[in-house]
Amino acid sequence: MKSRGVVGKYQRSREPLALPMMLYGVLFVGLSLMYIIGLSLMTRGADFNAGAPFGAHNYARIFSTLYLRSLLQSLRLAFFTALFCLLIGYPFAYFMAKASPKARTWLMLLLIVPFWTNALIRIYGWKILFSATGPINQALLGLGLIARPLRLLYTDFAVQVGMIYAMLPFMVLPVYSAVERMDWAMVEASRDLGASPARAFLTVTVPMTLPGVLAGLVLTFIPSIGLFFLSDLLGGSNTMLWGNMVHNELLKSRDLPFAAALSVVLLALTGIVILVYRRMGGRAESMVF
Amino acid sequence: MTKKNSPWATVYMALVLVLLYLPILVVVLFSFNSNPGRTANFQFEGFSLQWYKQLLDPVTGYGAPLRTSLLVAFWSVLVSAILGTLGAIGLVRKPVRKSLLGRAGNVGLTLGEQVAVLPIMIPEIILGIALMALFVLLGVPFGMMTLVLSHVVFCVPYIFITVRGRLASLDPGLEEAARDLGATPLKVLTSVTLPLALPAIISGCLLAFAMSMDDFVISFFVNGPQTNTLPLKIYSSVKVGVPPHVNALCTLMLATVFLVVAISQLWQAGAHKRQEHRDKAGRVKKLAAKMLTKPTKS
Repeated sequence: MKSRGVVGKYQRSREPLALPMMLYGVLFVGLSLMYIIGLSLMTRGADFNAGAPFGAHNYARIFSTLYLRSLLQSLRLAFFTALFCLLIGYPFAYFMAKASPKARTWLMLLLIVPFWTNALIRIYGWKILFSATGPINQALLGLGLIARPLRLLYTDFAVQVGMIYAMLPFMVLPVYSAVERMDWAMVEASRDLGASPARAFLTVTVPMTLPGVLAGLVLTFIPSIGLFFLSDLLGGSNTMLWGNMVHNELLKSRDLPFAAALSVVLLALTGIVILVYRRMGGRAESMVF
Repeated sequence: MTKKNSPWATVYMALVLVLLYLPILVVVLFSFNSNPGRTANFQFEGFSLQWYKQLLDPVTGYGAPLRTSLLVAFWSVLVSAILGTLGAIGLVRKPVRKSLLGRAGNVGLTLGEQVAVLPIMIPEIILGIALMALFVLLGVPFGMMTLVLSHVVFCVPYIFITVRGRLASLDPGLEEAARDLGATPLKVLTSVTLPLALPAIISGCLLAFAMSMDDFVISFFVNGPQTNTLPLKIYSSVKVGVPPHVNALCTLMLATVFLVVAISQLWQAGAHKRQEHRDKAGRVKKLAAKMLTKPTKS
C-alpha cells in the first residue's frame, strides 16, 4: 500500500492549528517539569512554599543509607519486573502473532480488556488472593501442602508479583507488533539452509524482534520505579520504593523541594534508560504502538 | 519453520490468560459472597447481593466520587479532543506505516510534538508532582479545575496519536480534489478531513475517557479537599482493609468496561465494513484490519 499521508499543498497553512496543543504541552508539561528541576534546588519554606537559599543540598540529602537502599530496592524490583515480563510475555506475544487472524483479534481483546479496567481493582484482586484466608492459602491447605497459611500479603514477593502482573501487557504489545511485522521468509530460509529450529529462532527471530523486546524492557522498567500505590497496597512496612519515598516526602513531610529532588532523580533515570535504549538502536516509535 | 502454533503454545497462552483474569474473577466471585464478615475473611459461603445493596446505601458514599469522575472525564475528553484533533490535523507530515499510534516519537519530530506526547513516556508520579507544584506556584485552587487541567495533559497524546495515525493513512488526493472543485480550506476541513478522521477521533476519545476514569496517580496529587474521584475513593477504602462492598463496586466497573470495549469493537468493525464498502479499491482495507488488531496503549 502506498501511504503518502496528507502532505498536500494545503498542509502548511494548517500547521497553526496545532498551536493550542503545543502551547498547552509547553505550559503544563515543559514548564512544570522545568519548575520542579528549579524547585529541587530550593529550600522548603512554611506551608508548601519554597525559596532561598539555593543549592544542591536536597541532592546531598539523598546520599544516605535510607534513600540509597530504597533506590536499590526499586531498581532491583524494576529489573526483575522487566526480566519476568520478558520471560512470560515474549512466548505469549510470539505465539499470538503466529495464531490465525481471528484468534489474534480475540487474544488481543482478552489481553487489553483487563488493562482497560482500573489498576486498583486488579491489585485489589491480588490482595484477596494473597490474604491469609484467601484462595491461594485455602487451596494449598486443602491439598495438604502446607500446615499453616503462608504469609503472602504485605511482602516484597506480593509487590513483585503485582508489578509483573501490572506491566505484562507493556511487554506483550511491542513484542507482538515486532513479531507480526517480521518477515517469516527469513526464518524459512534459515531452516532450508539447515539451521535447527532453535538456531533459527536464536539467530534470526530474536534479532529481528529485538526492537520490540527493547521497547518492552523500557516500558516495563520505567513505570515500575514510580508506581507507589502498588507497594502501598501489597507491600509490607519495609517495602519503601522510590515512588513511596517521593509520595511520603510530599504528603507526610510536606517538603516540596526535597520531593522535587527525588522526582528529578527518577526523571534522570528515565532519561538515561531512554538514552541507552536509543544507543542500542531502539527507535522511539516502537515504544508507542 | 511453519507459521503455525503447536498445541503446547495454545496451552501456554491459555495459562497466561487464566493468570491474567484470576484476580479479576476473584473480585467478581467475592462480590456475590454471602459471608457477612467485614474483616479479611475470604471464604466463599453462598450467593448474595448484599454488597450491591450496601453500595446503594448513601452511607458508603460512592455517588459523589462517581459524579466527580464522570464530570472530570467528560470535560477532559472534550478539551483534549479539540486540542488533539487540531494538533493532529496541523502536524500530519510523515506517513505512518503499519501502526495505530504510529511513529509518534520520530526523531524528526518538532519540540512541540515531543512535549505534547511526553506525558505517556515519563512516570506518572513525576507529572503528578510537577503539575501540583505548578498549580501551587500559579495559585490555582485545587479542585475540579486542577483535575481537568491535569487530565487533559495525559489525554491529549492518546487522541493526537490516534487521529494523526488515521489522517496519515488517508489519500491526500481526497482533500486536493475537494480543493480543486472549489471548496474553501474551511469547507475541506469540515466536510472532508473531519468526517474521515471521525472513527479515530471517537476511538481516541474512548481511550482517553478510560484513562481519565482510571487515573489514580496524577489525580492523587492534584485533587482538592472537596473533590474525590472514584479511584481515589477506592484507594482510601482498600488502603486500610478489604471492605467487601468494594468487590461489588469493582464488578460494576468491570461490567461497564466490558460493555464499552464490546461496543467500540463492534462499532469499529462496522466502520471497517462501511469503509471497505466505500473504498472499492480496498486500499484502506489492509490498514483498517491492522488497526483493529493493533494494541492501544493502556
